[in-house]
Amino acid sequence: MTFRQYLVLAGVAIFAVTGDCLVSIGMKHAGSVSLHDLPGMLLVVFRPEVALGVLFLMAFFACYMAALSWADLTYVMPTTSVSFILLTLVAKFVLHENVSLARWMGVVLISIGVGVVTQGPALTHPSEAREPEERESECVGAGATARMQS
Amino acid sequence: MNQAYAWGAVAAIVSTSTAGDVLVSRAMKQVGNVSELRRRSGLATVIATVTRNPNFLLGVSAMAAAFYAMLFGLSWADVSLVVPASTSLTFVTNAVAAKIFLHERVDQRRWLAALAVAGGVALLAL
Repeated sequence: MTFRQYLVLAGVAIFAVTGDCLVSIGMKHAGSVSLHDLPGMLLVVFRPEVALGVLFLMAFFACYMAALSWADLTYVMPTTSVSFILLTLVAKFVLHENVSLARWMGVVLISIGVGVVTQGPALTHPSEAREPEERESECVGAGATARMQS
Repeated sequence: MNQAYAWGAVAAIVSTSTAGDVLVSRAMKQVGNVSELRRRSGLATVIATVTRNPNFLLGVSAMAAAFYAMLFGLSWADVSLVVPASTSLTFVTNAVAAKIFLHERVDQRRWLAALAVAGGVALLAL
């Protein structure tokens, strides 16, 4: 794992939390939106907080896909659950919400899960994508076989 | 009856969400390391390769289905049951599905991590 790859994993967690918070703030400011009010539902996306939140959520999904291209799903999922810890810390220290003992226990359990999984390898099953060199060598091999046959 | 609807919604969310994660993961393994691909061929190629992958399209559709299942679930049952139950169970079902469909080596360490995170997420909702 390189430093850049750790940054991508951190991006998954940070962008998810920021996006969720911004969309939540935007929807609270927008008030109640009815499922029957289709124009209202579409226009709500243009509220600055919601639009910014959607951008962060797109960044989250891009980082999530990038992480899955070089790491196992069973590595990425627990590792990026750091976002739940971040959300609890934001709730406590930024929003000054009351965080119960059970929730702190939850934070401890998630931290253990993240700590345990990051001790192991990120990838246990080789990528199905073939490197260009492999394809080239295959083509060279096929060409040589064809020449021998002719 | 309401409980049956609530757990039915949880089952629908968990199964579609797991299918989405597994399909997107398979798609990205087929695409390969995106950083290397971007360095070699550029960002446009990465986007074209990913969005043309059938597993990616199926995975995103499954994720959209999970989102709608969540919306329906929330209209039938309490948010305090549907969200933590579906989120925490998804960690466990993902581990099972990754072992079966993606052939990942899910050893004791990864089981422990999945169960600890699932338990932690459930506790966060209390």
